[in-house]
Amino acid sequence: MYKTETIAAISTSMNNSGIGIVRISGEDALCIADKIFKSNKENKKLADAKSHTIHYGNIVDGEETIDEVLMMVMKAPNTYTREDVVEIDCHGGILIMKKILELIIKNGARCAEPGEFTKRAFLNGRIDLSQAEAVINLINAKSDMALDLSVNQLKGAVSEKIKNIRKDLLHEIAYIEAALDDPEHYEMENYGAEVKPKIEDIECKLQKLLDTADDGRIITEGINTVILGKPNVGKSSLLNRLMGEERAIVTDIAGTTRDSLEENVKIQGMSLNIIDTAGIRNTDDVVEKIGVEKAKSLAAKADLVLMLIDSSTELEENDREIIDIIKDKKAVILLNKSDLSPVISRSDIEKITDKDIFEISVKEDIGIDKVIECIENMFYKGDINYNSEVYITNERHKSAIREAVESLKCVETSIENGMPEDFLTIDMMSAYESLGLIIGENVGDDLVNEIFSKFCMGK
Amino acid sequence: MANLKENYDVLVVGVGHAGCEAALACARLGLETIIFTVSVESIAMMPCNPNIGGSSKGHLVKEIDALGGEMGKNIDKTFIQSKMLNKSKGPAVHSLRAQADKQEYSREMRRTLENTDHLTIRQAEISELIVEGGEIKGAKTFSGAEYYVKAVVLCTGTYLKARCIYGDVSNATGPNGLQAANHLTDSLKSLGIEMYRFKTGTPARVDKRSIDFSKMEEQFGDERIVPFSFSTNPDDIQKEQISCWLTYTNEETHKIIKDNLDRSPLYSGMIEGTGPRYCPSIEDKVVKFADKNRHQVFIEPEGNYTNEMYLGGMSSSLPEDVQYAMYRTVPGLENVKIVRNAYAIEYDCINPRQLKPTLEFKAIKGLFSGGQFNGSSGYEEAAAQGLIAGINAALEVLGREQITLDRSQAYIGVLIDDLVTKESHEPYRMMTSRAEYRLLLRQDNADLRLSGIGHEVGLVSDEMYNRVIEKERLIKEEIERLENIKVGANKKMSEFLEKHGSTPLKTGSSLAELIKRPELSYEVVAEFDENRKPIPEDVIEQININLKYDGYIKRQLRQVEQFKKMEKKKLSDNIDYSRINGLRNEAKQKLNMYKPVSIGQASRISGVSPADISVLLIHLEQTKNKPEGNGE
Repeated sequence: MYKTETIAAISTSMNNSGIGIVRISGEDALCIADKIFKSNKENKKLADAKSHTIHYGNIVDGEETIDEVLMMVMKAPNTYTREDVVEIDCHGGILIMKKILELIIKNGARCAEPGEFTKRAFLNGRIDLSQAEAVINLINAKSDMALDLSVNQLKGAVSEKIKNIRKDLLHEIAYIEAALDDPEHYEMENYGAEVKPKIEDIECKLQKLLDTADDGRIITEGINTVILGKPNVGKSSLLNRLMGEERAIVTDIAGTTRDSLEENVKIQGMSLNIIDTAGIRNTDDVVEKIGVEKAKSLAAKADLVLMLIDSSTELEENDREIIDIIKDKKAVILLNKSDLSPVISRSDIEKITDKDIFEISVKEDIGIDKVIECIENMFYKGDINYNSEVYITNERHKSAIREAVESLKCVETSIENGMPEDFLTIDMMSAYESLGLIIGENVGDDLVNEIFSKFCMGK
Repeated sequence: MANLKENYDVLVVGVGHAGCEAALACARLGLETIIFTVSVESIAMMPCNPNIGGSSKGHLVKEIDALGGEMGKNIDKTFIQSKMLNKSKGPAVHSLRAQADKQEYSREMRRTLENTDHLTIRQAEISELIVEGGEIKGAKTFSGAEYYVKAVVLCTGTYLKARCIYGDVSNATGPNGLQAANHLTDSLKSLGIEMYRFKTGTPARVDKRSIDFSKMEEQFGDERIVPFSFSTNPDDIQKEQISCWLTYTNEETHKIIKDNLDRSPLYSGMIEGTGPRYCPSIEDKVVKFADKNRHQVFIEPEGNYTNEMYLGGMSSSLPEDVQYAMYRTVPGLENVKIVRNAYAIEYDCINPRQLKPTLEFKAIKGLFSGGQFNGSSGYEEAAAQGLIAGINAALEVLGREQITLDRSQAYIGVLIDDLVTKESHEPYRMMTSRAEYRLLLRQDNADLRLSGIGHEVGLVSDEMYNRVIEKERLIKEEIERLENIKVGANKKMSEFLEKHGSTPLKTGSSLAELIKRPELSYEVVAEFDENRKPIPEDVIEQININLKYDGYIKRQLRQVEQFKKMEKKKLSDNIDYSRINGLRNEAKQKLNMYKPVSIGQASRISGVSPADISVLLIHLEQTKNKPEGNGE
């Protein structure tokens, strides 16, 4: 499938504050922008606009208005990338930025690779050569992160599904190719009709995946939140509380690779991806050690830590260790069981940490709303951010699946038009390739290997 | 010690399909060329299957021909049956295959070699290369004679330290019992060249009189024979053809094989070499595809004047008695008499990633190689590489720029790029699925794709080249003309379309648009084309293909555009990748080992990631303007 070289990405950090900028760069930047922008003035085309001008109007998807925006038109060569660039200033919100990006992709751009804007700026001579090192580091860092994300965030079940679909697809391609290669060995009359229902079935499966993409069922997105605390301090109860209280939308995550439980909770427009460490039990010393290690590693990955302390018992070594682990993290300390007679007071804890402290009772539902308010504040002030790469990753996965679906539709059309089988495999292979992007696998010699391992060839 | 000393421009080792093309190319470009063989009788010998072409291999032959090579012309003179495979499929996978009269094929090629000016044939074994300061200077024969030359092309096929094996019998000979070349490997190793050991195999040849053909299906050739060479007039080669025959193995055959597996040298560990997966021995097939209760056996004549028949599909290295027993279970072969046993052959070849895409060794200037020596398999693959290696050896001696075909230009480009870029541990065979732009690389347009290059090199005559230019012009003008012929949705048109099972026109269209419909063609719409002038058949074929597959072709052309961008970014071979910050360690190692010529080639090396490619691009940019830079 032909991939246009025009790229797009969200350029501001992914939180719900301020304004957001979505950026498009490349030959088709202006024409894509024109497809989704509706100026208040009749018939105004951004392509005709002067360079470095700002235009007021709305981003529209057909009839639907997505957001009121300012479009900044910057024509090559005096732009960051030295290509035509359009920047869309929109109203911040994550959902809106996502939607705009998706719309741009649908209209012909592709998601920028990690660091691609900077890379283009450099390759087009915009950035000083002395900065090459920095550019390389940026690309490497971003690639590593993206790779990490696309592998780690991809849900096990989805990854499995994609692998199976690819396997089926490859098998069909290999059969056709084997028959083309050794026509006297493998019969292939009217194979199009035979393979069509299989292609339709695969397309249908992919379509289903695509439909669920926005519910976060493909990748885990949101603020990675970890609840830490010693056993029986009320971690699970807090999680249940958070999930139940706000009529949260909950998606369960089966097949996750982590060995702790994950829940996605949406509260007040925020998406919290809560990792519950309830499974950690420290009944003897060895396991206790593992528990602390585990807490450390989870805390390291977290965007936000909720630490629970049982205020009805003395502070233990365990608690102090956890407080130490989270000293450089965004975290709040929750003194639970305030309904029982507390032996630890707020001032005891203030001596050992500078984090916000709340006295709560999960059981009696006291103080929880204050905690949520605090998290909300941190979020809207931008203290805790979504990892914007997560969204980009999701968008990349989606466009890869979408491309695969498009390729399979081409296969179906070719079959309907009575095209010979060798034309079918061209688009089947494209679909196979697109799906490979999601799970980080190349085509390589897959086909040749499949042909040789499944089909008996030769003189 | 006094001995024979001679000077030539180019020395070619081996007279197989690669060696012949290499030597002919050099001599035809006016260079004094000497070609060595252990046996003059083995010129263009076909030690395995008796055919030329087949799926994707037919493409190679057409390309060799368009570049000015000999294989196509030679098979056109000596075939005994011809068939266009995949005729019911798309034009990209149509593939010509001819049964050859092996003796005639060899004799005819020998005649061509012997009558080519500037070409000397010499029967002797080359045992040592003379290399000084990283440059080839010549070669020595086993008898001590020294030949000083400006370039050497190695096409040793399966002869290096060859060993033929069946059962517990192991003969230190080349194919067909010919003398092996036992000394050159050591010389190559001492020059630091990395060697592999590969194996392949061939089935038995049997006596035609001992076969009962009534139990087999007859396989005919095509009614209208299409030549391989663009210079052959199709009318000149229409002739009576000889049939092949098809029969099958059965459970009994498989049982005999399974019962005797312990006597197979493959399973006893006597064979060390790596065999190809695409032409497995019958014992391999029976073991690996145990669910298949029969396998095809094609009985193919080896020539017009011999009773020997080739048992296609039943190559083996089982002992003689087992071979007899298993062949005799096949319907029609109950009383078969073996003339030559089936055997496996092991030989030395190189790791081809030591070569540039020009087929010159990266480390030794003026040393080129082609064919099975480069780890490929098949006559056509060999000839294709021999031709390119020969052309480039000649161009090097002439001080001209060498040629490289890329993956978007030719199957030959795919073949060579795969060999010099991708890791492979088995003999490499061409397949259409290896060519990502196969819609463009058709056998029918090889002349249009490559004659220009062949002409530029000097192997394609002005006359041939002008014919291609004329063909190109006719195609272009005729398509333009068809695009400008407007047709209306009138009654005559409706009736015509209905008659041909085609949906009626809603609005006006052009003749070109009509031809795009699967059920119509240039020929069919003639009645709406009053001013049509007669044009040659091959031009009509191109018009039909170009119009009908327009959408697909355009898409591949766009992909090629992207591909070319990366191929054009050249990497110098003196870049030290270990010093480029930001490359991952695996990439550093691989890049230093392979020294790719372009970013494009680098991206096809396994272990080099897209992020590494970004780093390389930035490095290129960074060094572009420096005086000692490695940029383009």
